[in-house]
Amino acid sequence: MADEKYETHEYDVMVIGAGGAGLRAAIEASAQGVRTALVCKSLLGKAHTVMAEGGIAAAMGNVYPEDNWTVHFRDTMRGGKLLNNWRMAQIHAQEAPDRVLELEEWGALFDRTKEGLILQRDFGGHRYARLAHVGDRTGLEMIRILQQHAVHKGIDVYMECNIQRLLTDGERVSGAFGYWRESGKFILFKTKAVVLATGGGGKAWKVTSNSWEYTGDGVTMAMDLGADLMDMEFIQFHPTGMVWPPSVRGILVTEGVRGDGGTLKNTKDERFMFNYIPDFFKAETADTEKEADAWYEDKRSNRRTPDLLPRDEVARAINSEVKAGRGTEHGGVYLDIASRRPAEYITRRLPSMYHQFKELADVDITKEAMEVGPTCHYCMGGVRVDADSTATTVPGLFAAGEVAAGLHGANRLGGNSLSDLLVFGRRAGLYAAQYVKSFKGNVSLNNDQVEKYGRELLAPFDGKGGENPYTLHQELQDCMQNLVGIIRVESELKQALEVIARLKQRLRSVSVEGHRQYNTGWHLALDLHSLLSFAEAATVAAIERKESRGGHTREDYPNPDPKFAKVNVVIRKNQDGLSVTQEPLPEIPGELKKLLEEQK
Amino acid sequence: MAGQEVHMRVWRGDANGGEFKDYRLTAGEGMVVLDIIHAIQATQANDLAVRWNCKAGKCGSCSAEVNGKPRLMCMTRMNTFEPGETITVAPIKTFPIIRDLVTDVSFNYEKAKSVPAFKPKPKEADGTRRMFQEDIDRVQEFHKCIECFLCQDVCHVIRDHEENKQAFAGPRLFVRLAALEMHPLDTNDRMDFIKQKAGLGLCNITKCCTEVCPEHIHITDNAIIPLKERVVDRYYDPVARLFRLFKTGTKDQ
Repeated sequence: MADEKYETHEYDVMVIGAGGAGLRAAIEASAQGVRTALVCKSLLGKAHTVMAEGGIAAAMGNVYPEDNWTVHFRDTMRGGKLLNNWRMAQIHAQEAPDRVLELEEWGALFDRTKEGLILQRDFGGHRYARLAHVGDRTGLEMIRILQQHAVHKGIDVYMECNIQRLLTDGERVSGAFGYWRESGKFILFKTKAVVLATGGGGKAWKVTSNSWEYTGDGVTMAMDLGADLMDMEFIQFHPTGMVWPPSVRGILVTEGVRGDGGTLKNTKDERFMFNYIPDFFKAETADTEKEADAWYEDKRSNRRTPDLLPRDEVARAINSEVKAGRGTEHGGVYLDIASRRPAEYITRRLPSMYHQFKELADVDITKEAMEVGPTCHYCMGGVRVDADSTATTVPGLFAAGEVAAGLHGANRLGGNSLSDLLVFGRRAGLYAAQYVKSFKGNVSLNNDQVEKYGRELLAPFDGKGGENPYTLHQELQDCMQNLVGIIRVESELKQALEVIARLKQRLRSVSVEGHRQYNTGWHLALDLHSLLSFAEAATVAAIERKESRGGHTREDYPNPDPKFAKVNVVIRKNQDGLSVTQEPLPEIPGELKKLLEEQK
Repeated sequence: MAGQEVHMRVWRGDANGGEFKDYRLTAGEGMVVLDIIHAIQATQANDLAVRWNCKAGKCGSCSAEVNGKPRLMCMTRMNTFEPGETITVAPIKTFPIIRDLVTDVSFNYEKAKSVPAFKPKPKEADGTRRMFQEDIDRVQEFHKCIECFLCQDVCHVIRDHEENKQAFAGPRLFVRLAALEMHPLDTNDRMDFIKQKAGLGLCNITKCCTEVCPEHIHITDNAIIPLKERVVDRYYDPVARLFRLFKTGTKDQ
């Protein structure tokens, strides 16, 4: 390491991650006139945002004029079981429409209403048709438009560059260290501010909709630097992932299928969701099939179909049906749109779902029902941030998108992620730039720190015949799937911690073959560091919350507990490991509280 | 093909050269080529280099040449091959090799930088942007592009002629240019760029690009040919040239 020369770059703001949040942050920081770098693990335009299907939630009122930010705020808070940071939910609901319209100014082409405005579709937990969309490939439109805009603004992009460690000068963030995937060579950044936009850690689970990139890097780097984590126990299992054939298990099936009229059925042909309407949502949910079906056309005189309850409710219901023996032979349930909508409508509204099932499962969704089941999809928790500025508890470190906690509380509504990326991505870029402008002085890099990290990153090349990184990853995925899944229990969570501790031990003797150039085994060996840290934090938080709420269900504490309704679980890293505390939620102002208490 | 032994030949090597290596393993139910590549990585060649992300045909990362055909590995089912058939997987040929199945596709990103940007006209009087679905249908087709670059890979203008790369942007960029040119709000003029810098004239519409597009975009018919017609109207239509000559008193460049 000592004799290795590595390139060094200097910036004001460095954005790590180039999905929706990272791109939007970089565009904003650059527009504020500070020197900005955008660094991403994959090629530009391939981040997970590209896979988002259904749409961007924004109360524009193009389909239902009575929609406005207060309704969106209320839906978001109730969907999150009131554990959301109220201020983030307010900002999000207020600013989302402007962010969508801004994409249109940059060239996005959303599907249109008859009046020529942006069309909005129904989604789970949203009172009105609210999701701006492009068929079922909204994420592709969003990432491509942001990507092209960023490129035309001349922002420096470092593609296939994997940041592994953040650096500090003792008081604040001062840089970042990583490697080029292509050459395996190290790269060092000196920067006054860092925006984390790295997404979640869903690749720690076995059945997941997440790609290889979702290894919890941002959460781990922030935690290692001393930042607070929050709400790590809340993991969203999307109710509808593919279940058959096994090789595609977990691939996402958009909620748009239900938004556009699809319904869930068990093997007895029952629309079972009517049996799973919780008291919390009774007043606003249809209790007959007739009302549910009429709701699609007329939302004023009918209540929402239970097929579109928030995702945590639907995922648990599917899980229960399968456990009760009413699931398919492959362990899923049926999602039927074929018998409910004309073929032409289905292929126009859901072209990529049609394509996906046809090509990967030999199923024609205009003729047959799909087989679906829950898949690990999204982490509500992450790095704790200031609601307005996205600042973490470490000076100079900001976080936006899935890596940040707060907006979604205990459960995220579909469509609220893309809007989150835009709203808080922009804010992260803006406030990081402001921080840089008001920061007088300079940051310094600690060479010893850099040398140490360099040695750590090369360690997998030292040994021969050690642990196989792919094996360790598989064992972690099995552990999280079986022991920290949809339904949790203390004994299993504790068992998971033991497994994770052993895997951490074994990671020390991981070894990889070959050389540093585009060595995928080495890349995985390094990502395991953050995967394991992420998994540990999620498990520790899950043990602490002794109740069931949103994306955290405890078999041993099956009900919500009013005590836990008032606290976030916060995790910090210290010398002895992870410390866990319960900290009070910020108080909701009176007038917003009133909105939440309204019935229906 | 579930539970069947498969014989894979995967190209291994780097810019200095390489060769096909043989791997034998068992295919599981419903597996695609990318699953097999991952299985080789996990059990036989930890350092096998491959790009992938979504594994559902949406990100366009895992492009390769499977039995000589440009394909997304994640959308190529193993049961589309004959039992016992040897399956070769090679990197896409048009771009320089980095390692194994990974190539240097920066050509496409560099070309994208040079495209004249989207420039919208002013908003409506009421502050909105009104566009009708029928006006954007054809552009939405182009926006389906996942940038897998298979069309670039198969395009013989650059596949077999390195020297053309400088003056030719390729089908992906023509789709992008068509999307901008046909965007109802756009006001930028890219005709010079399309004719001179993007080298549209080099394309002789053999439709190879259309055939390999995993998104089934009608690249040749809907993007390239209409762009060619626009170029002809601008630069070669004698009536239009005369009209412009009288109108502006200047000649076309």
